[in-house]
Amino acid sequence: MSVPALVVRDLTKVYSNGFQALKGISLSVEQGDFFALLGPNGAGKSTTLGILAGLVQKTSGSAEVMGFDVNQQAFSARRYLGVVPQEFNFNQFEKVYDIVITQAGYFGLTAEQAAPNAEKLLKALDLWDKREQQSRMLSGGMKRRLMIARALVHEPKVLILDEPTAGVDIELRRSMWAFMQTLNQQGMTIILTTHYLEEAEQLCRNIAIIDKGEIIQATSIRKLLSQLSTETFIVDLNCSIADDFTLPGYVCRKIADDGFEITVEKGQSINRIFALLSERGIEVRSMRTKSNRLEELFVGLVRGGKA
Amino acid sequence: MSVWRIQWVAFSTILVKEVRRFMRIWQQTLLPPAITMTLYFVIFGQLIGSKIGPMDGVDYMSFIVPGLIMMSVITNAYGNVSSSFFSNKFQRSLEELMVAPVHPVTLLLGYVAGGVARGVAVGFIVTLLSLYFTDLQIHNLAVVVGVVLLSAVVFSLGGFINAVFATKFDDIAIIPTFIITPLTYLGGVFYSISLLPGFWQQVSLFNPILYMVNTFRYGILGISDINVLFAMLMLGGFILLLGGWSLWLLRRGVGMRQ
Repeated sequence: MSVPALVVRDLTKVYSNGFQALKGISLSVEQGDFFALLGPNGAGKSTTLGILAGLVQKTSGSAEVMGFDVNQQAFSARRYLGVVPQEFNFNQFEKVYDIVITQAGYFGLTAEQAAPNAEKLLKALDLWDKREQQSRMLSGGMKRRLMIARALVHEPKVLILDEPTAGVDIELRRSMWAFMQTLNQQGMTIILTTHYLEEAEQLCRNIAIIDKGEIIQATSIRKLLSQLSTETFIVDLNCSIADDFTLPGYVCRKIADDGFEITVEKGQSINRIFALLSERGIEVRSMRTKSNRLEELFVGLVRGGKA
Repeated sequence: MSVWRIQWVAFSTILVKEVRRFMRIWQQTLLPPAITMTLYFVIFGQLIGSKIGPMDGVDYMSFIVPGLIMMSVITNAYGNVSSSFFSNKFQRSLEELMVAPVHPVTLLLGYVAGGVARGVAVGFIVTLLSLYFTDLQIHNLAVVVGVVLLSAVVFSLGGFINAVFATKFDDIAIIPTFIITPLTYLGGVFYSISLLPGFWQQVSLFNPILYMVNTFRYGILGISDINVLFAMLMLGGFILLLGGWSLWLLRRGVGMRQ
């Protein structure tokens, strides 16, 4: 059986100002997983990733990447790790190509050895035409993609991304999702933190929710979503409905002349809603969930309430 | 891939990056010392020097040239490492190195080699310029090369430690302005300490730059106020001391890891 891509045990971090960012978190990520670390601002996500990447000194506990302790066997652990930080952290005056090649050099790859992979990555991330430009001339989205190319140039087995799509437009975000999914399908373990819960729901198989330095939930996305006791849908119709519109067995609320909101409890049939509407000769134009399902759970969990 | 191979490529990468950096901004790194030293040669060497007459048995221009070359080497070695390392810290591009399997020794050697490269490059430029003003004879090549390299290493390490503790750009200007420049001027660049009263001669012997300047002058002219072997050993001691301190700072992540 292969070693987990990542194991964290009883990890704590107290900063020099006394702030306890991590209060003994433990988690495990299997190889090939697409894993999300979710939490509100200041929950300890970036601290956790910082410790894994060697940028933050832990206070106690342990962390392993591909079976290598990130402190005791730092050099072995780092060879397997690619890191995409939240903030831009490359030299603004260096050229795009040089940034990628230099990073490969820090991992022991000469410019000649790294060139084919650098070209492949820059082309895949639409940066090849910009390779001779100084990085400060790039747009925000391009800089983010440059950090991904740089993190991948030494072909790591585990990729850590801290808020990779923060501040990028929808089109670019979706293209980055597709890129990350391709990497994951090729066998790379991907661990990301994100504020976009839709991102976690779309991409990730497993998830840990962290709040105030503690893991409050670590499970699969499927299991987490199954905790939802109700789900609310918005239904658009091809005709007007009465103000006191109801469907027997369901909680309904009219929200427009030709639309209503309906809450479906766990175990209730959605087919029955269509059947009831058909009986009245009402046709459904569209139906969508009212809000992101994971968001509902997330808010409930970090508030300590029930989802 | 072996650990040694990784460290060697990482070292070469840092060195190439550092050299590329100071070559890219040559107007800020190579040109200013060339202009400043030319002015020193003209003003102190030619205009004032002609009135001063010989110093330690050689004409004044020949006397000050070794000191000015050494001054260029040490200030540029120091300035290269302090500004580059602090800039990398400031822009957070140092994180590129910290997430990679780069040993602290490799990181330190890379930056120090970059500082030595700039110190030697500027020293070479100033030496070429000095040939316009005086005939330079080399008395002992091994001493010349040895003291230049050792002094550049010492000041590169000093620049590194300065950058580790610096939290703003002002912090990397304080040491050169208030310590290195005064020590250089008082380190026998423009005069022989034999001209000083006995007390100040003794005080001058506590200035490490005096030993570097005089050893280099010995290598060029064959004259020195101090014992050359002692100077070489002292430089070795400084390298061990500052190198050990730098590595300790790197391992603890001082100024780098939260």
